[in-house]
Amino acid sequence: MTPLLQVRDLTKRYGARLGCGDVSFDLYPGEVMGIVGESGSGKSTLLNCLAGHLAPDEGQVIFDTRAEGPVDTLRMSEPARRMLGRTDWAFVHQNARDGLRMGVSAGANVGERLMAVGARHYGDIREQAVDWLGRVEIAEDRVDDRPRAFSGGMQQRLQIARNLVTGPRLVFMDEPTGGLDVSVQARLLDLLRGLVREMGLSAIIVTHDLAVVRLLADRLMVMKSGAVVETGLTDQVLDDPQHGYTQLLVSSVLQV
Amino acid sequence: MTAMQHDPAYNFAYLDEQTKRMIRRALLKALAIPGYQVPFASREMPMPYGWGTGGVQVTAACLTPEDRLKVIDQGADDTTNAVSIRKFFERTAGVETTEHTVQASVIQTRHRIPEAPLTEGQILVYQVPIPEPLRFLEPRETETRKMHALEEYGLIYVKLYEDIAHNGAISTAYAYPVKVEGRYVMDPSPIPKFDNPKLESAAIQLFGAGREQRIYAIPPYTQVVSLDFEDHPFEPSKADHDCDLCGCGTSYLDEVITDDAGGRMFVCSDTDFCAARQAEGHRGRLSGEDAA
Repeated sequence: MTPLLQVRDLTKRYGARLGCGDVSFDLYPGEVMGIVGESGSGKSTLLNCLAGHLAPDEGQVIFDTRAEGPVDTLRMSEPARRMLGRTDWAFVHQNARDGLRMGVSAGANVGERLMAVGARHYGDIREQAVDWLGRVEIAEDRVDDRPRAFSGGMQQRLQIARNLVTGPRLVFMDEPTGGLDVSVQARLLDLLRGLVREMGLSAIIVTHDLAVVRLLADRLMVMKSGAVVETGLTDQVLDDPQHGYTQLLVSSVLQV
Repeated sequence: MTAMQHDPAYNFAYLDEQTKRMIRRALLKALAIPGYQVPFASREMPMPYGWGTGGVQVTAACLTPEDRLKVIDQGADDTTNAVSIRKFFERTAGVETTEHTVQASVIQTRHRIPEAPLTEGQILVYQVPIPEPLRFLEPRETETRKMHALEEYGLIYVKLYEDIAHNGAISTAYAYPVKVEGRYVMDPSPIPKFDNPKLESAAIQLFGAGREQRIYAIPPYTQVVSLDFEDHPFEPSKADHDCDLCGCGTSYLDEVITDDAGGRMFVCSDTDFCAARQAEGHRGRLSGEDAA
């Protein structure tokens, strides 16, 4: 099987400081990978490099495109990469406000991606928007409300609907449950897990919350100071951490 | 019809020759790439922003001593803005001015396209407040420029979607976005969407935004398509009345409140068009009365 995403020796420096260094991994279709680490460990830098939001200094990000097979997205033309960002890729920001258009209605937020890939029939766009709002548990009568009028959890679900409406194959998530209270987090995780399984999505989830990766991720990558210190199956890494930092991370989780 | 002399204290048409050359270069580039916003070094003009500083600079760069200038504001020749700019060019350029659309070689306009069809050889200059059609959807100028460059125009439909979602129909009534020659999405300045079909014209159409420092253009006979949805097609709209002065049922109308008891009248917004029809003997509902 061809990996959906092959990352080779990805390095990003901020001047003399290292953002992330020599990261390599393969992600197969349907697989969910978690990236954990403390603040400043380079996990968001890595995610932004993968998603094309930042230009890495070295390395390759090879994505298995529908039309041409594996292509290095860093060497792609910008229009093609942006097109990928609207179709096969999705990016869920930690802050829903970064990923939503706050000035337009929920329906338009979901419809924007459809219109960006050429949908020009209002009735169809609206039907799909309502359908997707339903799938993320937002009532149909909220379709014309602006995201400002939504709670934080609803905004995050709306962002997810907006990202998944074009049927992407790879979803990047940057702390999708950050800033939400625990009960809302639980529902969101439940929803995400359902959608990921149902749509057969591949996902890369950046988080510092080990519970999130335990629930969602098949595989885990632990980062510290810009480098990957440990990788493996999620349960294996969390139950039997090898690296000192991972052991610290696992033992730092508060028990209720 | 001898040309008047312009005030010798000013260079012809106010701007110095270097500035006019700079603007003409921008105009040529704009005509070569229909709908593309060309940056230019907009000058301070002796009038406030919002009064048509962009249009005035474009007009100044286009004028020759043989030109005959018409200036309209919301279709009318006799409003403050139109009168001021006409006087400005009478003084600084000494060109002839006219109120008749057919006689004018250069027409500077704000918010309207004249009712009378424009012909080859005429230049229509628009005053533009905000040249960027994506501005209120995407505030980052770097991003909107990229979207124009890469022809990513999905976002402009978000506005039309919002209109339908909230009002049941595309309620954008002015500054209705258009696609020029199948490539650039353009803001046609705040003309009513009634005028959008007239953007496909035999005349040269130039758009000047002074504060925003942008010039764009539509060459003659260029395809201009108003954006819409398949199930909500574009409809040019106007008030559903006849003109109360000339009886015309097809021109764009202004609504005028005449008293505090609900009295109102509808009149052509194009004063030259209305006056010409009245001179031909057409009469409306309130003709002969001193309605205003």
